Amino acid sequence: MSGFLSSSIARKVAMALSALFLIIFLLIHLTVNITSLFSENVFNELSHFMGTNFLVQFLMQPILIFGVVFHFVMGFVLELKNRGSRSVKYFKYNGAANASWMSRNMAVSGGVILAFIVLHFIDFWFPEMNHKYIEFLPEDPTRYFAELQHKFADPLRVGAYVIAFVLLALHLLHGFQSAFQSVGLNKYTKCVKTLGKIYAIAIPSGFIIIALFHYFNH
Amino acid sequence: MNLTLKIWRQKGPQDKGRMVEYKVTDISEHMSFLEMMDVLNESLVAKDEEPIAFDHDCREGICGMCSLQINGEAHGPDRGITTCQLHMRMFKDGDTIFIEPFRANAFPVIKDLVVDRMAFERIQQAGGYISVNTSGNTQDANSIPISKQNADLSMDAASCIGCGACVASCKNSSAMLFVAAKVSQFALLPQGKVEAKDRVKNMVMQMDLEGFGNCTNTGACEIECPKGISIENIARLNREYLAATI
Amino acid sequence: MTTLNSRIPEGPIKDKWTLYKDKINLVNPANKRNIDIIVIGTGLAGGSAAATLAELGYSVKAFAYQDSPRRAHSIAAQGGINASKNYMGDGDSNYRLFYDTVKGGDYRSREANVYRLAEVSGNIIDQCVAQGVPFARDYGGLLDNRSFGGVLVSRTFYAKGQTGQQLLLGAYSAMNRQIARGKIEMFNRHEMLDVVKIDGKARGIIARNLITGEIERHSAHAVVVATGGYGNVYFLSTNAMGSNATAAWKIHKKGAFFANPCFTQIHPTCIPRSGDYQSKLTLMSESLRNDGRIWVPAKLEDAKAIQQKKLKPIQIAEENRDYFLERRYPAFGNLVPRDVASRAAKERCDAGFGVNATGEAVYLDFATAIKRYGTEQAKIHGINNASIEKITQLGEAVIEEKYGNLFQMYEKIIDENPYKTPMMIYPATHYTMGGVWVDYNLMTTVPGLYCIGEANFSDHGANRLGASALMQGLADGYFVLPYTIGDYLADDIRTGKIKTDLPEFDEAEKSVKSQLEFFINNKGTHTVDYYHKRLGQVMWDKVGMARNEKGLKEAITEIQEIREDFWKNVKVPGSLNEFNQELEKAGRVADFLELGELFAKDALEREESCGGHFREEHITDDGEAKRDDANFAYVAAWEYTGKPSEAILHKEELEFKDIELKTRSYK
Repeated sequence: MSGFLSSSIARKVAMALSALFLIIFLLIHLTVNITSLFSENVFNELSHFMGTNFLVQFLMQPILIFGVVFHFVMGFVLELKNRGSRSVKYFKYNGAANASWMSRNMAVSGGVILAFIVLHFIDFWFPEMNHKYIEFLPEDPTRYFAELQHKFADPLRVGAYVIAFVLLALHLLHGFQSAFQSVGLNKYTKCVKTLGKIYAIAIPSGFIIIALFHYFNH
Repeated sequence: MNLTLKIWRQKGPQDKGRMVEYKVTDISEHMSFLEMMDVLNESLVAKDEEPIAFDHDCREGICGMCSLQINGEAHGPDRGITTCQLHMRMFKDGDTIFIEPFRANAFPVIKDLVVDRMAFERIQQAGGYISVNTSGNTQDANSIPISKQNADLSMDAASCIGCGACVASCKNSSAMLFVAAKVSQFALLPQGKVEAKDRVKNMVMQMDLEGFGNCTNTGACEIECPKGISIENIARLNREYLAATI
Repeated sequence: MTTLNSRIPEGPIKDKWTLYKDKINLVNPANKRNIDIIVIGTGLAGGSAAATLAELGYSVKAFAYQDSPRRAHSIAAQGGINASKNYMGDGDSNYRLFYDTVKGGDYRSREANVYRLAEVSGNIIDQCVAQGVPFARDYGGLLDNRSFGGVLVSRTFYAKGQTGQQLLLGAYSAMNRQIARGKIEMFNRHEMLDVVKIDGKARGIIARNLITGEIERHSAHAVVVATGGYGNVYFLSTNAMGSNATAAWKIHKKGAFFANPCFTQIHPTCIPRSGDYQSKLTLMSESLRNDGRIWVPAKLEDAKAIQQKKLKPIQIAEENRDYFLERRYPAFGNLVPRDVASRAAKERCDAGFGVNATGEAVYLDFATAIKRYGTEQAKIHGINNASIEKITQLGEAVIEEKYGNLFQMYEKIIDENPYKTPMMIYPATHYTMGGVWVDYNLMTTVPGLYCIGEANFSDHGANRLGASALMQGLADGYFVLPYTIGDYLADDIRTGKIKTDLPEFDEAEKSVKSQLEFFINNKGTHTVDYYHKRLGQVMWDKVGMARNEKGLKEAITEIQEIREDFWKNVKVPGSLNEFNQELEKAGRVADFLELGELFAKDALEREESCGGHFREEHITDDGEAKRDDANFAYVAAWEYTGKPSEAILHKEELEFKDIELKTRSYK
């Protein structure tokens, strides 16, 4: 990588910015999905808007995809470089003595989340793209809720979702405040850390509740 | 107390190196860790074996010469100290202690437990200074007041002893805390502001060239730092770097 | 006996330095780059000198045995640095700093040098602030000062308890700037093993690359030695493990006179030795004596019980304690100068009143201060009838605020809580006022060979005041040597590069190599440390805090015996061409074994008590030091002639024109 992204700090900032973008996305995603717990209509309405709005579909969506891909590719590149910076390993390395499991295993939690996203794309995004832009099927503004319920009928899938979201929580527990640290915002560290913890637990919990709710209520 | 030591032995930079087991007996709990190593070395010389090479000098926790990864932690299990200040009362009779050099590609092993930390020197040479001539014909020391808060924060950052524990502890072998400490010290003082942009860019560039890893904010460096230098300095470094490049 | 030429310029003391600088020869900038200077040692003095000389345009080669200039032992200085800025408006001036330093040094230093030191002290602070040294500041943003022992004004600038570190890092950063510009070539992990003289002038050195073991030749037009003191001659001292006298001793053997070796400072507040394995002693700031009261049990049986751990200090009633400093020196009490406090502690311990297992420790008790501060705080906070617990808690908070880091350090080492039980302290060797003799230009008796910082016999006379070592190191390096060396080098602009294939280099290299080979091939029976410890024991017992003729004569014989044994039976493992720490130590101890003897000889010759040198034969009726200005107001400069025992004494008479000689009294 050349130019601005050749410096370690710039890469780290880029990681943080894509992370902050994804954090905002997760919040919006959950806001839409959570409505499915109490109102089929609102959920359908919002989903329809997201699925058909030009700006969302042709501006936000590509940016989001770029953000996700960038975050993964950069994360992977950095992980490789970091592992490579200590060729001879310690016989004994007591990492737990000075850093949390979450912070030391972002690549592990990230990998699991990547696997989840593949599953998630197969479940929702590919069919959705197929529906809209390949087969050009007619839009039915009420189809979303049923599709959602249908997906969460399978206990294995629900289980996979729950596991992925637990890992997402762990990823966020470190990632949220780490992103702020990376862009140099440390003045409100305490506040950021507390907010990060709330976010890291609340957002994945929300998704888990949705998955379980639909599994038990379909 | 009696202890089993597993120590890294490596004849020179080209040698592959290996862990070797030693036994030491009658170790007093009041000994410092390096005095225990002295005892071992004296016994090795008496047996016509080669003593273990390790770096040390002031033995009061300030020169930054001593290193050692002890039981998987830089400067051992105690906090806020260097290896020379670590005492044997932190261990129990019968313990096995792993003693390894600080490891990072940027810190090649010279011999046994001695590593080459010239990478730190080159980073400092890249900009860890204020370009003022040492003529003494500067302005009076009190002509620019500096808020006590900033002076104290600058001092906290400046207390870095350049031992390399941050690099040794970091799972990525990142030198960010070291660089951040120097950049912060100057960034907090009006005297340092003049060259702030070039300084941070050049020091970070040199840091990257040396082959240290990237910071992933695990915070291990801050915990293992003998001087307790805060990772808030790393955030400041990031900020300074962004301000300088954008 | 020859008279040494100290080259003190004419004129009134206040103007000497200025007038002198106006007249000395300068080297033009274009010529400077063709002149090489070697600087050995990169602590405060060497580091600041290397940076400044490079900045002036000279080509500098700097050498350090550590892996970085930042590791030099200057870094361990805690308290502060003196400067006569008079920021506090308490009546300080250059003259007062000069006066205090000469008086504190017990009138055994050279007036003109000390005045110059005081004169440039203010510049040091300006310089360091400009370099980004984060000195302590008050809430108004201006520099803070504190007071130190032996003076009546507050003139000590400080950076937490790490002033030496910050000043060294300042000099180090100035060096780094020049290293980056290519003006300083830095040789880390290199040890200077001999100086090379050509036509009587210092023209280069022989150094060993400590990583590869390679012997290297380096030439220059002038050589500067800034390698610190020789306190490690005692084996146990507050010096770093690697601190050594090799460079200073090697140049002494090549013709540089060695001055006042017996002037050594023993610091009273160090953490006592805990066993035979002890490798070094740790100093705790002198400031502790502001609030701590020093005592031992008044009854011998109590002391014995404490030594056997049958009794705890807090169990000893107030009336059974002997606050010996307060008893002997009611006026200054616990704040008597370092040498006086150290000797008093030794006297009690020698009489059997020591308070740890080794019998070599006295108590430094903060209980009174905790109670006093606690009561005061209770009043401030409006707490009436505060309980003892509350008072203790409040008092401990004040003590923690003032000395927290020292208390923590003590607890880490001794594993006792000094808030609850008195600290144990004992004196330890800390600083050496003696060293290589230099003239006003800081040049030794060998032309082109300079010596600066603690390594020279310096401006501190027979005793150094607190916070003056940093001042002297930086003054020499930043502001004195860069001027005076130009005066000498002005004659060298046409010399051209000094070749390293000259016979003088061959010879020096040969002798260095043969000594190293001897060590490796000797295959003796005892380790280097064995001899170093034996030497240290003799030095401490007989050439330590109190000396007498009989002991000194014994010491000389014993040191000779140890040296003889060393050269027969020393065992150095490993080989020449590798990283070999035992080999490094062997060379250093070999030099200490010679220096120690000269030290004792100098102490024997100086038939008076002054400053750090206390001769039991020369005391007043009440047991205090008795100086003899009529016969000993001189600098004893020793010339090497082949053996320390045959060294020739040269006297530089000290003239005191601006200060009246007085007896120090702290009663």
